[in-house]
Amino acid sequence: MLVFILRRLLQSIAVLLAVGIVAFSLFRYVGDPINAMVGQDTSMEEREELREKLGLNDPAPFQFLRFIGNAVQGKFGLSYRTSEPVGRMILERMPATLELSFCAAVFAILVGIPMGVYSGLYPRHWTSRLLQAVSLVGISLPTFLIGILLILVFAVWLRLLPSFGRGETVDLGWWTTNFLTVKGLEALILPSITLGLFQLTLIMRLVRSEMLEVMRTDYIKFARARGLTNRAINFGHALKNTLVPVITVAGLQLGAIIAFAIVTETVFAWPGMGLLFIQSVQFADVPVMAAYLLLIGLLFVLINLVVDLLYFAVDPRLRGQGGAARVGGH
Amino acid sequence: MVALACAAFAAVPSADAKTFRWANAGDVSSMDPYSRNETFLLTFNSNIYDPLVRRNKDLALEPALAVKWGQVDKTTWFFDLRQGVKFSDGTPFTADDVVFSLKRAMGPGSNMTGYFVSVADVKKVNDHRIEVVTKYPDPLLAEKWAALGMMSKAWAEKNNAVNSADMTKNEENFATRNAMGTGAFILKERKAGERTVLVPNPNWWDKPVHNLTEVIFTPVANPATRVAAIKAGDIDMMYEVPPADTETLKRDANVKVLEGPETRVVFLGFDTERNELLESNVKGKNPFKDKRVREAFHRSIDVDAIKRTVMRGQSFPTNLMVAPGINGYVKELDKRPALLKAEEAKKLLADAGYPNGFEVGMDCPNDRYVNDEKICQAVVAMLARAGIKVNLLAQTRSKYFAKILRKGNYAPGDTSFFMLGWSPASTYDVHNVFEQLIQTPSAQTKKGLFNAGGYSNPAIDKLSDAMEQEIDKAKRDEMIRQATKLYVDDYAYIPLHQQAVVWAARKNIELVQLADNSFPLRFVNVK
Repeated sequence: MLVFILRRLLQSIAVLLAVGIVAFSLFRYVGDPINAMVGQDTSMEEREELREKLGLNDPAPFQFLRFIGNAVQGKFGLSYRTSEPVGRMILERMPATLELSFCAAVFAILVGIPMGVYSGLYPRHWTSRLLQAVSLVGISLPTFLIGILLILVFAVWLRLLPSFGRGETVDLGWWTTNFLTVKGLEALILPSITLGLFQLTLIMRLVRSEMLEVMRTDYIKFARARGLTNRAINFGHALKNTLVPVITVAGLQLGAIIAFAIVTETVFAWPGMGLLFIQSVQFADVPVMAAYLLLIGLLFVLINLVVDLLYFAVDPRLRGQGGAARVGGH
Repeated sequence: MVALACAAFAAVPSADAKTFRWANAGDVSSMDPYSRNETFLLTFNSNIYDPLVRRNKDLALEPALAVKWGQVDKTTWFFDLRQGVKFSDGTPFTADDVVFSLKRAMGPGSNMTGYFVSVADVKKVNDHRIEVVTKYPDPLLAEKWAALGMMSKAWAEKNNAVNSADMTKNEENFATRNAMGTGAFILKERKAGERTVLVPNPNWWDKPVHNLTEVIFTPVANPATRVAAIKAGDIDMMYEVPPADTETLKRDANVKVLEGPETRVVFLGFDTERNELLESNVKGKNPFKDKRVREAFHRSIDVDAIKRTVMRGQSFPTNLMVAPGINGYVKELDKRPALLKAEEAKKLLADAGYPNGFEVGMDCPNDRYVNDEKICQAVVAMLARAGIKVNLLAQTRSKYFAKILRKGNYAPGDTSFFMLGWSPASTYDVHNVFEQLIQTPSAQTKKGLFNAGGYSNPAIDKLSDAMEQEIDKAKRDEMIRQATKLYVDDYAYIPLHQQAVVWAARKNIELVQLADNSFPLRFVNVK
């Protein structure tokens, strides 16, 4: 187990370095931050001085090494756009993104799995066909459009929910949360649905096809022959066996949700990390972009690790291998 | 008597809360008034930090923290300060604060040093008067400083914010997220990128025209969301309405749309500097050095058609590089020459030695000015009729400006034909346009930094240098007229239009829209 985790950590560092290199080489193409940083009356000398001080005249590999060196010490520098420490900017935006992503994931799972189970059990029923058709819409409509449509219907026409922003938040010192106020919770609804819809359809379709597959297997037939209740068969035997791929996908998609919250956050002016990233791209604010990409890289690495560990917990066959039997905890 | 009664009435605080919620595409990048020389930051922070002299609804100067100002002699300005003014923390405002503020704005980390090019020294005469010594006569000093908020010396010293935050060091500054001025409003809450809350300053020296009790500002980057938010009533006002949404908003009974010309002029420029264009099939010579070619270009572009189709009516075609409202706008010269028919333009090009036209690259931003890329596409089509094949490269602003603007040591940018927009927002005077865009670029004179194409005309250079230091208004106006006529007749640039400033507000909001796209909250009323 320990070996497994250690090996995973080493791999993770390699992955992060790769992310850093790719990100950094991309930044050379986002343009020149200086013009966004200074006013139109700034003299050429001052521009050059700033460029020199920021190290923008140094060769790219040198800039990269300096960046990594600082990043390891947790120093990401000041944002070119706001002159604030990048680390703090991202940390301040993190709760908004994480809460939104969490709600979107919960929504996708809580709605997606039952829908999948239902349409897997009764594939020919008209409601299943309807769910299938609806899920097609969820997959094919761009997030952007879904968000705008939801805003139009629920905020502009019905006036039920706020059109943008986080509503009211409660400051817990190191974390600002939406969960403690009614307005905060209301503000979560539309963006969570927007962000979760694609994942929902994904999970639903996955569960459905797995269910269909499992229901055809022999052990289900034997279970039926033994006279077990439908409930026990469907949920105890069938559903449990469909969950391994679902956990994998859901886990990996959680990373995707957080990373791709960018679009949803832009549509809803949700003050999270994704919105920060977009603002930074427009200003060629390289320190923020670099730190964000590293963070997202780290996140994916961690999620992969957790998913792997969850396999151990869910699938007894894995526990048999490699002597990691005690991991499951029962 | 009536006035007295009104004043007494106004002094009684209104019982109901008047919260004003508004949104803009981007956030204020800092609360420090000197950290960016950028319209939005300056106008937002001017609600908290008063300048010495401020602009009224017509953009003319009026007293603020200084009650009187002027020139003692050719190179000395004086500012007499208002007495009895207090910062919002209660400390009195004195000449020491002004000297401190001006020196801070000139100092390290500040982005406002451009306003101090002429300044040799700032000194306190007594508690209520300061004097500024300039290196040469500078008739525009007060105009320039209307954007400059005054900070508290004591507050800055106490909070370790004596200098503006230096972006190159890994340190932040208290003034980046906190603010304390003498202005109409006090900063109550600052969550960068999320919301910024202001409340009125009960001890403001001026009589409030607004009736607000709270102001909540939220950045909403996505235009569709901004439009939805104002329709839903989640915000009371937004700016930068996308042209495509103007009609929808106008149809909404609860929303009003305010449109007016912005002081920024959007124009096209030529590389007239190189002997051979970077991006063209003409080798060995530069067609743009020939005035006939520039004329053919200029007179082939139908700005009224651009206004009709691309801008949906929201532009104000012009033939000058400055807009009405800017000092030095010469109305009688703002007349575009007649459009040429395709054959006429071709003839002009043939006379210049290009009977079959030629091919040239064009640079254009796609996220900087209203409909920038679409305007360029229209230009490409219009020039095609005259036999010019234009290869358009439209890209995001950080890439775009890096390509076209002059490089270190004033070397020319990498462009042959380009779009740019300019507003002399620092002085509201045409000299800024001459100095930055039309004068010959040079590392020695430090002029022409944004003259991307390197246009050069010694006669204009001379007039511009003279008007910079001329205190006699009549003489100066004549110089401006002459210089304007020179660049117009020479087809130095192709001015296109002023884009419209388009704002939207709920019906119950009264506000003043200014042509410099600034938005002072002190004029806002919620009914």
